[in-house]
Amino acid sequence: MITIDDITFSYGNNTVLKNISMKLEEGKVYGLLGENGVGKTTLLTLLCGLKKAGSGRIDIDGYDPFERKPSFLSLEYFLSDEVAEQSMTAEAYAKNYGKFWNGFELDKFRKLMEIFETDPGQKMNRMSFGQLKKSYISFALACNCKYLFMDEPTNGLDIPSKAQFRKAVTKYTAEDSTLLISTHQVRDLENIIDPIIILDRQDVLLNASLDEISQKLFFDYSNEKHPEALYSELIPGGSIQVLLNTSGEESKVNIEALFNTVHLHKELVKGIFSK
Amino acid sequence: MEFDANRPIYLQICDSVCDRVLSGELEQGERIPSVRDFSAEIGVNPNTVMRSYEKLTDTGIIYNKRGIGYFIADNARDTVLRQQRDDFINNDVPQILKKMKLLGLSPEEVFFPK
Repeated sequence: MITIDDITFSYGNNTVLKNISMKLEEGKVYGLLGENGVGKTTLLTLLCGLKKAGSGRIDIDGYDPFERKPSFLSLEYFLSDEVAEQSMTAEAYAKNYGKFWNGFELDKFRKLMEIFETDPGQKMNRMSFGQLKKSYISFALACNCKYLFMDEPTNGLDIPSKAQFRKAVTKYTAEDSTLLISTHQVRDLENIIDPIIILDRQDVLLNASLDEISQKLFFDYSNEKHPEALYSELIPGGSIQVLLNTSGEESKVNIEALFNTVHLHKELVKGIFSK
Repeated sequence: MEFDANRPIYLQICDSVCDRVLSGELEQGERIPSVRDFSAEIGVNPNTVMRSYEKLTDTGIIYNKRGIGYFIADNARDTVLRQQRDDFINNDVPQILKKMKLLGLSPEEVFFPK
């Protein structure tokens, strides 16, 4: 369980995170969404202990991440958006660095590399960006961590790799592990992320499961016009309209439309989800 | 798996299981994949598949043998048939009637063309 309690973080005079609080439960794949510059990456680096919060408290299973206790560090893995080229093969990297995680399985790493159709015998500095990223994703999942933080993991992946990524994540994470994935590529990930967190400038606009979202908001894809819609967008073949759910009927949550709705009606949305 | 953009994914997963029961691809008494395996196969969050399995269990199409897994119920085919007939009459038919009215078509013209 991750508890973030009223944290603040600034880069010099630029306050990025302010009064941020949220709870992340076990066994879920959280999608972290937010416009550029709202502090998604900063939040991930705070959670993994790379940075220290200016004020407030982060608690992960009783640990303060910034204390960087070895027993905590082996619980988590942070996959950065930018990955380092190494002058060794992916297999050698996995063998050398896997030792730092108690649960690391070399076999699993090889299986994942196979799913991603990437040769572990290739030197990492000879790989394309996508291949390198897939090597790191394989490594991250093979560490069998309880907490896995991924920053834009599908950036740079080719079309087949995106489906492979979804498969790898659903198949190769333990039932009690928590994933937090920041992304702008919601279409790549929309079927695997649930709950959804929407971060805004110095605010958390939403932290809710898809089930809860579909209970409170209704996504209408018909051609009928609803003047009371909170948000509407034309799409080929009609429109997406987002309304308050008054009938209790379930609809499919369209994450892009959700994101735009939440941004148009920040206070209203916060109000209906805090009940 | 390709999903329809307009219907909750968990219901679409239920539909696909029901369709496979009707077509005979899934046989009564047959074991179906675990939540984890099925979610990996179709690239969907395990919690979503869990919800589908819960709904299918509630409606009597599958059942859970504790510690062993999920199985297609013995009378699943009849159950699915009954549900889908009800659904057709209550949801699809009104839609068709509405469209017919909009297009000015009579039942004779549509169902008994010369």
